[in-house]
Amino acid sequence: MGNVLVWAVWVVAAIACLGSGIAVISFSNPFFSALALIGNLASLAVLYLLLAAEFVAAAQVLVYAGAVMVMFLFVIAYVGGRAEHAFESGPSWQALAAAVAAGVILVDVVIAIGLTTGGRLEDEADIDVVFGSPADVGEVFLTNHLLAFEITSIVLLVAAVGGVILGSERTRKRA
Amino acid sequence: MNGPDVSWYLTLSSFLFAVGALGVLIRRNPLIVLLSLEIMLNSANLALIGFARHLGDTGGQIFALAVMAVAASEVVVGLGLVVALNRSRVPLDVDRLSTLRG
Repeated sequence: MGNVLVWAVWVVAAIACLGSGIAVISFSNPFFSALALIGNLASLAVLYLLLAAEFVAAAQVLVYAGAVMVMFLFVIAYVGGRAEHAFESGPSWQALAAAVAAGVILVDVVIAIGLTTGGRLEDEADIDVVFGSPADVGEVFLTNHLLAFEITSIVLLVAAVGGVILGSERTRKRA
Repeated sequence: MNGPDVSWYLTLSSFLFAVGALGVLIRRNPLIVLLSLEIMLNSANLALIGFARHLGDTGGQIFALAVMAVAASEVVVGLGLVVALNRSRVPLDVDRLSTLRG
């Protein structure tokens, strides 16, 4: 019975995920696109919960749907989202070529996955109840993956400094 | 838990990646290009977490968290560029941004 429930939640989340993803790239107004991306991130968080990644799901909602998307919405409000027709701008052969390229990427990825993993993905590992909990993630982060943790902090620091420099009025005049 | 196994998640992830790639290629507004990049990064995250569950290894989740931090940094720099472009009266159209002169 729980099996059916898991499948039902998966199907709903997957449809919401793909639908909101297509909505992001087809709305003409960037504001609506950003709102659709929030739905996309929320449905991905549901999928992460199904995959026993509780901490990553919480971080997804906090970091992405919270901080990053608020920044996006502020910038869209500041810039003034100029409406643009999604699939009508520019020559139509460009849109056609883009669709072909995206389809090629999809087929390429599916073939690569199918050829390398075909038939060997059935037996799932057994996990215990602490898998993906904050304690588990934190312990692995600070022991096996300490270097990644430190590099992440440096990347965030550099990005913060770069954002301040890009946004400051003074450096733009000097340049 | 006998829910969908990792191949379902991988299929969804590749479809999501293709949607993001289509958005990057087809849209002119740099803001929507950044949003499509987020979709592509998140599809990679979904594959990473799916394999973390499949293999019972928390390392995939660590990698997904690192990808999130990199995505946040990318958004900071990208939005900083958009604001700087807007301030110097450059039209927000990736086809017309043909020079990198400041």
